[in-house]
Amino acid sequence: MILDLKTKVDKLGIEDRVSRITKRSLKSEAKLQGLKMILSMIDLTTLEGMDTNKRVEQLCYKATHLHQELPELPNVAAVCVYPNMVKTASNSLKDSEVKVASVATAFPSGNSSLEVKIQETKEAVFNGAEEIDMVISRGKFHSGEYNYVFDEIAIIKENCGDKARLKVILETGELGDYDHIRLASEIAIKAGADFIKTSTGKIKPAATLPITLVMLEAIKDHYYNTGKMVGMKPAGGISNSKLALQYLVMVKETLGNLWLDKHWFRFGASSLANDVLMQILKQKTGVYQSNNYFSKG
Amino acid sequence: MSKRIKVLKTYKIFIDGKFPRTESGRYTQLKKDNLTIANVCLSSRKDIRNAVLSARNAFESWSSKSAYNRSQILYRIAEMMEGNKNQFIEELILQGEEFNKAILEIDQSIDRIIYFAGWPDKINPIFGSVNPVASSHFNFTILEPMGVVGIVASEENSLLGLISSIIPIILSGNTCVTIVSEKLPLCAISLAEVISNSDVPNGVVNIITGSKDELAPHLAQHMDVNALGVNIDNKELKNQMFFQASNNLKRVVDVSKYKIEDSSFESPYIVKKFMEAKTTWHPIEKDFTSTNNY
Repeated sequence: MILDLKTKVDKLGIEDRVSRITKRSLKSEAKLQGLKMILSMIDLTTLEGMDTNKRVEQLCYKATHLHQELPELPNVAAVCVYPNMVKTASNSLKDSEVKVASVATAFPSGNSSLEVKIQETKEAVFNGAEEIDMVISRGKFHSGEYNYVFDEIAIIKENCGDKARLKVILETGELGDYDHIRLASEIAIKAGADFIKTSTGKIKPAATLPITLVMLEAIKDHYYNTGKMVGMKPAGGISNSKLALQYLVMVKETLGNLWLDKHWFRFGASSLANDVLMQILKQKTGVYQSNNYFSKG
Repeated sequence: MSKRIKVLKTYKIFIDGKFPRTESGRYTQLKKDNLTIANVCLSSRKDIRNAVLSARNAFESWSSKSAYNRSQILYRIAEMMEGNKNQFIEELILQGEEFNKAILEIDQSIDRIIYFAGWPDKINPIFGSVNPVASSHFNFTILEPMGVVGIVASEENSLLGLISSIIPIILSGNTCVTIVSEKLPLCAISLAEVISNSDVPNGVVNIITGSKDELAPHLAQHMDVNALGVNIDNKELKNQMFFQASNNLKRVVDVSKYKIEDSSFESPYIVKKFMEAKTTWHPIEKDFTSTNNY
């Protein structure tokens, strides 16, 4: 593999662009359209040590029944769970279009042998996962073993086969500066990632607008060079509609309309859906809403 | 020596323990005899939204503090007001009050806080009850705070009226969003400064200035507000608010029925109005040798 390690990120440029994007404001009809789009792009996530089958079933129910008072709403894109919950989720969602996503490869640390990671991936795919969210080996990345990181992603991709799309989590909170994030993005894209994803949600800072922009730029350059599209998934810390709308604006202005689709852009979030629902209801009724009237999920 | 330039205070609103300007950027000039006294924020519905959010976030920790601790904190407000008396007197006079009446009002206000500061740990001993039931249950009723209370404070009595609205409501563990007197808002902001210096956690009291006609309906129909304490004379607005409050079955209390200036206002019954009774049936083993009824 030959990587162009010279791509440096213009830190001030990135941050300046983000600050201009955050000053936009979407109103009325455009806002409503944006909010519905956000809903359709959410990966409803539960990744806790205390997850139970019932909890996952409840989340799957929520994924397909967002709010009864607003039946015309789209469903979320996917439900994201730990590998041992894939069967449960897959059973609960078998009659719907909502995808089952599973984290794999010793999430969230990624500190395990390659054999174990491959086995875990195979099992998740076998049990019905249609999307695999893998983590890269940050330790190896920091040791400069970029080839190891590349090969690992490639072999997991191979094991996903044509049954599952692969999202590669960079865990940007552990990568350091923008140059590292850009490099990790390129490694993941070239190794065959279908999506690149910012964070596990277990480390702070998780997704931020500037980090996402750096990754979007990597996707854009790859698209210009090869004509191939790669998806983007910011995850962690996106809990309100206003911020999510800013992400949408950024995607549209960096990559264009092609990426404004759940096939190419996702939000990894657990509490975002309720905030979006409350905003939609506020938009329709003019009344500020309360969390008490929405399912916890 | 050159003449000293006067330093004038910027009157801002009070949300989540901070003093932001209104989100809308609008303000109005408060005038007396054609002289500008102060610029006052003309808040918008988004300020109401932010204030309700902060009150909601503050509710859990404020209501779970020990009643005794809330008592101490309220007493602290009174102490801090005592130290800032002159400022309040100046503002009351600036708003058109006579000197003697201003002193009376501030003294009465401080005394009223002291009066209510004694109540937090005595409400449940007095209003709570153990109820006789026929089955083998230990049945008891306690009063709990309702949550976020929207307050529309009196147009007159800018200080005493405000204190009489806020203190009895927050003492039980409620948090509040208060729309204050439109024509006499100065004391309200100074009260906010006192509150922010008195160990009252951020968000327990939020104070908004601006047009009641514009702001009150948003407070009344907000789904995350649990009760309303309304002290206004405008019948049309009051009826509109009470109607809107029905959307999530808010409790509404017409505070204008009470005589605020009168010492008869000082009673625990006004506190009870903003509390919810909870009755618990606790299974117990029936003790047939016992002679008591519960």
